[in-house]
Amino acid sequence: MKKKTLLQSSGFVTLFASLVCIAIGLLFGFLVLLLLGGDKAYSDGFKQILLGGFYMMPSGIGKEIVTAAPLIMCGLSVAFAFKTGLFNIGAAGQYTLGAFGGLVFALLLHAPWWVCLLASTVFGAIWGAIPGIFKAYLNVNEVITAIMFNWIGLYGCNTIMYGRGTGAMYNAKQSKTFAVTGDSLIPSKLFGWDMTEAFGYKSCTIAIFLAILVAVLLYVVINKTTFGYELKACGCNKNAAKYAGIDEKRSIILSMIIAGALAGFGAGLYYLSGAAQWIPGDSTALPSEGFDGISVALLASSDPIAAIFSAIFISHISTGGGFMNASLFPPEIADIISGIIIYLCAFSLLFKNLIVTLFTGKRKKALASAKTDAKTSDGKEAQ
Amino acid sequence: MAESEYVIEMLNITKEFPGIRANDNITLQLKRGEIHALLGENGAGKSTLMSVLFGLYQPESGVIRKNGQVVRISDPNDANDLNIGMVHQHFKLVECFSVLDNIILGVEPNRAGFLQKKQAREKVVALSQRYGLRVDPDAKVEDISVGMQQRTEILKMLYRDNEILIFDEPTAVLTPQEIDELMQIMKNLAAEGKSILFISHKLAEIMAVADRCTVLRKGRCIGTVNTAETTMEELSSMMVGRQVNFKVDKKDAQPGEVVLDVQRLTVPSKLHKNNAVKNVSLQVRRGEIVCLAGIEGNGQTEFVYALTGLEKQSAGTIHLCGKDVSHAPIRQRSKDGMSHIPEDRHKHGLVLDFTLEQNMVLQRYWQPEFQKNGFINFPAVRQYSDRLIEQYDVRSGQGSATVVRSMSGGNQQKAIVAREIDKDPELLVAVQPTRGLDVGAIEYIHKQLVSERDAGKGVLLVSLELDEVMNVSDRILVMYEGEIVGEFDPKNVTVEELGLYMAGAKRM
Amino acid sequence: MFLMLKYALLSATVLMLVALGGCFSEHSGVINLALEGIMVIGGLVGTMALNLLPADMLPVWKVVISICLAAVSGIVYSSLLAFSAINLKADQTIGGTALNLLSTAIALVVVKRYNGTQSAKLSYDNTPFIFQAGPLTLNVFLIIGLVLLAVSIVLLYKTRFGLRLQACGEHPQAAGSVGINVYKMRWAGVLISGFLAGIGGFAYIVPAVQTWNFEVGVAGMGFLALAVMIFGQWKPGKIALAAIFFAIFKSLANIYDSIGWLSALHLTKELYNMMPFAASMIILAFTSKRSRAPKAEGIPYDKGQR
Repeated sequence: MKKKTLLQSSGFVTLFASLVCIAIGLLFGFLVLLLLGGDKAYSDGFKQILLGGFYMMPSGIGKEIVTAAPLIMCGLSVAFAFKTGLFNIGAAGQYTLGAFGGLVFALLLHAPWWVCLLASTVFGAIWGAIPGIFKAYLNVNEVITAIMFNWIGLYGCNTIMYGRGTGAMYNAKQSKTFAVTGDSLIPSKLFGWDMTEAFGYKSCTIAIFLAILVAVLLYVVINKTTFGYELKACGCNKNAAKYAGIDEKRSIILSMIIAGALAGFGAGLYYLSGAAQWIPGDSTALPSEGFDGISVALLASSDPIAAIFSAIFISHISTGGGFMNASLFPPEIADIISGIIIYLCAFSLLFKNLIVTLFTGKRKKALASAKTDAKTSDGKEAQ
Repeated sequence: MAESEYVIEMLNITKEFPGIRANDNITLQLKRGEIHALLGENGAGKSTLMSVLFGLYQPESGVIRKNGQVVRISDPNDANDLNIGMVHQHFKLVECFSVLDNIILGVEPNRAGFLQKKQAREKVVALSQRYGLRVDPDAKVEDISVGMQQRTEILKMLYRDNEILIFDEPTAVLTPQEIDELMQIMKNLAAEGKSILFISHKLAEIMAVADRCTVLRKGRCIGTVNTAETTMEELSSMMVGRQVNFKVDKKDAQPGEVVLDVQRLTVPSKLHKNNAVKNVSLQVRRGEIVCLAGIEGNGQTEFVYALTGLEKQSAGTIHLCGKDVSHAPIRQRSKDGMSHIPEDRHKHGLVLDFTLEQNMVLQRYWQPEFQKNGFINFPAVRQYSDRLIEQYDVRSGQGSATVVRSMSGGNQQKAIVAREIDKDPELLVAVQPTRGLDVGAIEYIHKQLVSERDAGKGVLLVSLELDEVMNVSDRILVMYEGEIVGEFDPKNVTVEELGLYMAGAKRM
Repeated sequence: MFLMLKYALLSATVLMLVALGGCFSEHSGVINLALEGIMVIGGLVGTMALNLLPADMLPVWKVVISICLAAVSGIVYSSLLAFSAINLKADQTIGGTALNLLSTAIALVVVKRYNGTQSAKLSYDNTPFIFQAGPLTLNVFLIIGLVLLAVSIVLLYKTRFGLRLQACGEHPQAAGSVGINVYKMRWAGVLISGFLAGIGGFAYIVPAVQTWNFEVGVAGMGFLALAVMIFGQWKPGKIALAAIFFAIFKSLANIYDSIGWLSALHLTKELYNMMPFAASMIILAFTSKRSRAPKAEGIPYDKGQR
């Protein structure tokens, strides 16, 4: 019954592997800081990264919370796709469309915030559906389609919002879209508790709680419903799903629609909180939240509840990155840490093996080799 | 120096895997210039023996000698250096390369790294003329027939001046004409002094082409005979054996109305351009076990795929309990009373990363008793799964909550059997339900099949094991190259007779 | 017209170089999604070299050294992908994505630190790279690109190396069975792709402008190169043609307002920027069914499997 103990601890092993990834990522970050700042590496850089929002109470916490909300959603988007056997690299594009949809309803129609949020979700869902359709019916790999539609979405939204500098949503004075105001703003009061006041950070709204709520909902959908059961079956073994009479094509498209909706919702949470205004003029960079979502999902091993915590972690280090001594340490050092974490997560299986070996001494391959088998036996498709 | 009579000798080879002795003290001696057949059923240990010869496995005991000298073969490159070449059952050809490129790959003639294809082509053309191996050196492998692909593989060996040529089940994918041609080629090669090891379980071919034949059964060497001094019947009985079997207790069948009616079913193959199933018609009635017997790769898999809806047939109809389900989706066939114990439990039968209880409801999670408004009724699932585990004696570490991947193969299979039988089907399609299982589990599953029959269900059993075919079924259909070539009552037929049909030596 | 030709040649060179890189990697069996990131690193190292090399150095040496450094940096960076994909058998798509994200972060950190401000813009002198050929403004990368295209064709189709490389991407077990070291060949494929994408990244940034904002990375050119590679069916000659086709689309964004009938259409710059991506999707949709992708790409090779 050695297998049993190994499996019982598999959750622990996964957590531990994530922690190892984080530790190595932070270590690399520290090395970069040492390289750039020498003796100031800790006091002016690494300390801030470790402390994150706590470095500047309470507004730092407010900022951390505000950034965490879209990260949770993008993380959920990628994680949900992973659970159903898909790699949603298109979260960035779906996020862009979500921001666009929300802003159209907020700035042009002055709709109430929940309508705007719904618009964000729907726009994101549509953008998610496209790679799903391409995969299900044309056998084009979802990664390629999603990447291309990231850019198509970005340029498309920008051209409408910018409109040669005269777009209805574009505030030429600030080179940004107009600020979201009035009813279109997500409320900051929760049962009489004003979060903006409490944290002294202006765009601190109930967005974070909405994100957590969605994470819990998603957890329920994945784990408690027949729908989640079908999608997971498709993701784990599409041959067996077919054998069980599940329509794989439908499952692929639905998975991508939901993944897109989640990313779009995240964009709504961010932009409708007034946390930022879109800069459509010369923006040729995709929103980083979409890609950070990949780190969030990988760190969380695609578990929706764990995604809340890993999103807060990513938000923590990037908020901290902003408090570093900018003349010495560019804030993107936090992105380097995040990038290294994804790189490590790509072969975290190796860590899991190592950990299992360390703890049990033998039987190291039972879990790992079984998992690789499942991966390699998956069908391959044309790009 | 006196040359040994034998070019390759494998002496007293024993190779063990956890729980099984795949090769038990096997001796195989190959004479120079002979065609030597290696005969045995699936799992008799043929491929393990060849893997030992190729250095993929190291035997626990035994030695390999070449020309009388003991040699060590620790990887395939060593085998290459000893001039041993092999045509694998699944060709190792790069499909988008030309025939010539495939032949020279790995031993490319070159000047400073630049390919010198001209001289390579001359050598290939010369070889192909000398041995009668018709190939077009410039054709792409993906465009040529399976027969020409095989000739390319043979040329690959000849180009490397290999002396010992191994053919692993070479006729499995060929048409009868191509088989005749291959036989002639093998004779030519032997006449030119090459030594050939011919792995097969088709008796007619062995009788036609081989000089001697070594028979393996269940990992042991049964003997080596000269084909000129033996008969197909004798070889067949050596291959199958006459061991005492655990007889399945069962009463005579009492077939009732027709539950499955398949008419003129044709299914295209994914491996080659021919049809895998050709115009097959069969019926299964209530209260009988019909067995589709045959050697692997004769169309049984494709037949079942089409029957259960996993693949589309190109022609033919399927009626289940009188209802036309020829084009019905899988779920519909399941609702109409078809249960399917699939051939590959890991590919189709189970979601290995799901728990046992999740797998137990794989075919019925959507039924009202297991869900309400889309939410899974976990207590009901657990209860149901616990009952199946209890009733069908499925053993696992943590009961219903066990991740199926961690369970033994036998218990995984029992879980599938439990799930499919408990669905209370009209027709149970069981494909190699006892593959790779130990004696106890086999016996158990056989009993389940019989009790399903006795409960008035139709059972279609697809099996490669002759023991199973003889013991369990009430009616036997033999499938050979996509066609049904014989129908028997197990009481009136011998294993030897069946073997002849399965090997294509006879047909009705 | 000359303007259009200038921009089209510029983009075509870049797309071709990088797509050739992808072609070598995929022929060896490794999906290189990190092309975008490798381009950023190549561009970063090349432009930093231009800034850091002594001002009184002969211009021709500056050109040679900066290009070599860009190429070497591409090789080094791609080795990260090779290590994770080949030795650790990691998911190639996730590994490539990580390297893409990492590259932009590295570029921003380096440039901002170099500037000592929050600006990610780097200025450099690109005059040594540019020369006039009659009415046309050309750059050295065009020549390099043509040479490397010829070398690629010869390497892939005329040499032992090319034959073995392709065998590893199509059927690694077959290659292994005839004694070819699949791991080595895959490493070679990925490193060559790093070399080409490194130069390609530099070629994208330097000849066109004198200041580059690293916030935008290379604006999706690496991914477009992937589409060029697919459209070119993994064949160098066709890749060159596909690159020209995409480059014409790409150049429209630079010149649309100076061509009468195009500016009369009143399309925005963003729409022109979008065109190559949209075109690639339409092409992929129609060509996916007869895709000639190397069969074993994306699948880690394990010696033990038969």
